[in-house]
Amino acid sequence: MTGRRFELRRVVVALLEPLDPILLVLLCLLLGYAFTLMASASPARMESQMINSAVAVVVMWIAARLPVPRILALALPVYLVGVLLLVAVALFGQTSKGAQRWLDIGVARIQPSEIMKIAVPLMLAWYFHHREGAIGARDFVFAGILLLVPVGLIVRQPDLGTALLVAAAGFFVLFFAGLSWKLIAPVAVAGIIGIGSIVGFGDRICQPEVDWVVLHGYQKNRVCTLLDPTSDPLGKGFHIIQSTIAIGSGGLAGKGWRDGTQTHLAFIPERHTDFIFAVLGEEFGFVGACLLVFLYIALITRGFVIAIAAPTLSSRLLAGAVTMIFFTYAFVNMGMVSGMLPVVGVPLPFISYGGTALVTLCLGLGILMSIQRARYLTQQT
Amino acid sequence: MSFDAPDQELQHFRSRLLVAGSFMLLCFAVLVARFGWLQINRFDYYHTRAEDNRIALVPISPNRGLIVDRDGEVLARNYAAYTLEIAPTHFRRADPLFDQLQSVVEITPRDRRRFRKILDESRNFDSVPIRIRLSDEEVARFVARRFEFQGVEVKARLFRDYPNGSLAAHVIGYIGRINERDLERIAAREASANYRGTEHIGKVGLEQSYEDELHGVTGFEEVEVDAGGRAVRQLRRTPPTSGNNLVLTLDRGLQRVAENAFNGRRGALVAIEPATGGVLALVSSPSFNPNLFVDGISTQDWNALNNSPDHPLLNRALASANPPGSTFKPFMALAALTTGKRTADQAIVDPGYFDFGGHRFRDDKVGGHGMVDMYKSIAFSCNTYYYRLAADLGIEQIAGFMDGFGLGSRTGVDLEGEASGVLPSPEWKRTRFRRVEQQKWFAGETISVGIGQGYNAYTPIQLASAVATLAADGVRFRPHLVRYVEDVRTGSRRVIEPEPLLHLPLAQEHVDFIKQAMEGVNLEGTGRRAFKDAGYRVAGKTGTAQVFSLRGATYREKQIRERLRDHSLYVAFAPVEKPAIALAVLVENGGFGSQAAAPIARQVLDYYLLGIEPERPALPDEEASDEIEPAAAAQGVTP
Repeated sequence: MTGRRFELRRVVVALLEPLDPILLVLLCLLLGYAFTLMASASPARMESQMINSAVAVVVMWIAARLPVPRILALALPVYLVGVLLLVAVALFGQTSKGAQRWLDIGVARIQPSEIMKIAVPLMLAWYFHHREGAIGARDFVFAGILLLVPVGLIVRQPDLGTALLVAAAGFFVLFFAGLSWKLIAPVAVAGIIGIGSIVGFGDRICQPEVDWVVLHGYQKNRVCTLLDPTSDPLGKGFHIIQSTIAIGSGGLAGKGWRDGTQTHLAFIPERHTDFIFAVLGEEFGFVGACLLVFLYIALITRGFVIAIAAPTLSSRLLAGAVTMIFFTYAFVNMGMVSGMLPVVGVPLPFISYGGTALVTLCLGLGILMSIQRARYLTQQT
Repeated sequence: MSFDAPDQELQHFRSRLLVAGSFMLLCFAVLVARFGWLQINRFDYYHTRAEDNRIALVPISPNRGLIVDRDGEVLARNYAAYTLEIAPTHFRRADPLFDQLQSVVEITPRDRRRFRKILDESRNFDSVPIRIRLSDEEVARFVARRFEFQGVEVKARLFRDYPNGSLAAHVIGYIGRINERDLERIAAREASANYRGTEHIGKVGLEQSYEDELHGVTGFEEVEVDAGGRAVRQLRRTPPTSGNNLVLTLDRGLQRVAENAFNGRRGALVAIEPATGGVLALVSSPSFNPNLFVDGISTQDWNALNNSPDHPLLNRALASANPPGSTFKPFMALAALTTGKRTADQAIVDPGYFDFGGHRFRDDKVGGHGMVDMYKSIAFSCNTYYYRLAADLGIEQIAGFMDGFGLGSRTGVDLEGEASGVLPSPEWKRTRFRRVEQQKWFAGETISVGIGQGYNAYTPIQLASAVATLAADGVRFRPHLVRYVEDVRTGSRRVIEPEPLLHLPLAQEHVDFIKQAMEGVNLEGTGRRAFKDAGYRVAGKTGTAQVFSLRGATYREKQIRERLRDHSLYVAFAPVEKPAIALAVLVENGGFGSQAAAPIARQVLDYYLLGIEPERPALPDEEASDEIEPAAAAQGVTP
């Protein structure tokens, strides 16, 4: 008996060994929160989300076991395959909801832009790793091209949400690698002026005859709907109006689990996917929302700690960028559901229903864990 | 910007991380502030809004436009009926509810299956029909006991109805429930809001191609709902705008005569008004009943239609491309006149064959036609004349000329599912075949093309359009089924295709000669039996499309199984002096053109020009068809 128990313990220890305990605990809390919400918003999808989570955890475990150099060695091939697939999508992709995002490879439909969320920061980290010690302005130009090629292809699909996430992930690598403030500042200022002018002159530029040149009609509509949701109460404005009402009516402590009227009278569209935060806000109130924000901050802080302690330049950059991906997802989604940002298709990390995003995010966690392990290994030797 | 000392680099990284961390905290702080604003400061407001959200926006779907023929005869309409519906949020398990409902209204296993299927596909807000077309008695019974069934409601809905059943089913098409793929298409057109509350969409035919006109604009009403989601009172109402009506160029009577003429045999007919390009009749036989599809076709009905060897769902008039056979000859002759390769009087001696490149191309008449000029070559369908002509013209010149008549390209008719067919040319062959040795054009292939066989493949609507263009002296219209779109409210009309597509550069004397020769076909040539004693001047041409190549053997119809028999073709227009109708007829495996296709054309023209109702179908039943005496063959007349 003792022998068997001993064996079991060894197996458990061996299974847990590559995993970072803090990240693991935070992941469990987030997934627990997710299942609680799913049980209210869409009980029928619980089972399949559990399967998704199991797959994602296995992916995380595999990534965590891989040594950092092995992960970095994958950077170039994965990046190249990803770009090729994006080109293939542009040429032969399937059109779904007006956008070409999917590639049918016979067995399954895959969405290559999803791969790029991890592949782009990985590639850039690998590139800077190879230039370590001699990083100059030219490297930032080249890295910028490496970033803009996939982003451009994804924008053309058109899938602005994913393009933003990939661009953000790549930008954070450049930022951590020391991209000059002189370059960041003007872009940031231009962005603030741009957003400011859209908000300021919203009435005028949202007239139907105004063409926004760089953005598709539906993207313009989303921005305009954000400024004045009542302009289209049956269509796009409906999402924003109803999710804002749901969150606001939750109050301090919420209406209680499974008692959200907005949720259960089906006023919230896509309530199990992109708009699940509205369910959270309605049923668990301000307290519940802050709890989630706290969990994200804890997760991101842990990621930063891993990044600071990381032994090599490339692993530092990678850890920093992956951590900021979590931030981008969380902020964009919550901002959109609470009516601060336009509606783009970004899920709430670890909470929204759906396997693809969850696997990507857990892959990111696995990479962080692998970097964390590398520190122990270097210390031991 | 380079760093030599790793320590300095690490220091730099840490400062950047600090900036990122601060940015992250700032953003989250803004979010939390936003939550605080919404959930604490404005709580009362949103709380009331949520309570008021008992006020629901209910879409009101517009009436779908009607489809009527050129004389206003209704082909597709709507009727109101009661349905029993439930919103998906109002029940957990369907079966106990249905068992309970069963005591009030009858719910068949088919209703249950349909309910489950619709539920799987439905969007969040939709109420899902449990039963459709309730009788008044059932409605009364349910209303009396409705308190027992929370969330179940009786609604008056409009249903689509095709009063003529299978008549013109391939033209009108049908609507069906919106499925996942339709939803994606609607979303791509940015029309999702307009389709809230709409359950059906055009799937095939004009119902599909004119979906945007027929649908209309969805209205909505604000209603107060009780805690159970039931509407209590109406607050505000924006009425819907009905869809536009389609007024067709189609003539319902003519369509009926043409369909009946086929007597269920496989084939197609397209009749066009040469002066406008308007389609007067478009038959694909056999047809199907579009009413079966409106509420989801049953598996049994679907299998019967889909697995039938006659393929009733295939629109042969648009999608079935076949060699035109000898109906190609008038166009070849016109090409010869136009290019100057032949004059009408030039005659050849036909020995019954044509030798070219070591191969003997045969005429169907053993011993040949003797002296053959252009008139005789059309009226009696002499192959030898066209073998030689094809060799003289060459494939490039043939292809260039036929392209002007629209042969081998989609006509652009306002229905989907058109095949392009094949206008053979060396260029076509290069793109069609992958292997280099197959890409080369052989001069011998030009010879078969010259009599309308070989790679030639045109759809019935292409042939009809080409004949109409000839009848209109080279003025080509885009064939179209809708004459105008009518706004129901204002009564304003928008005419479809008022202008011709192009004018072909043809000499009038050449066109007149071809018309005269085609009239000769029906006076003394291959069409004389079918058009004996016609009360009008009619130009035509018979044709036979080879389905099965007989290598050197003589064609003995009865020995070849029905499916391998040649396709029978006929093209015509009348009256010759001022053409009012041009048509192309295809009868699959009908044998010679003069046997099967020409009698159908006769009935259609008799009805359209003289108002004569046929006494019996032009074609006998399939079993009896083997008994037809091979009249044309016996008389030595070539198809």
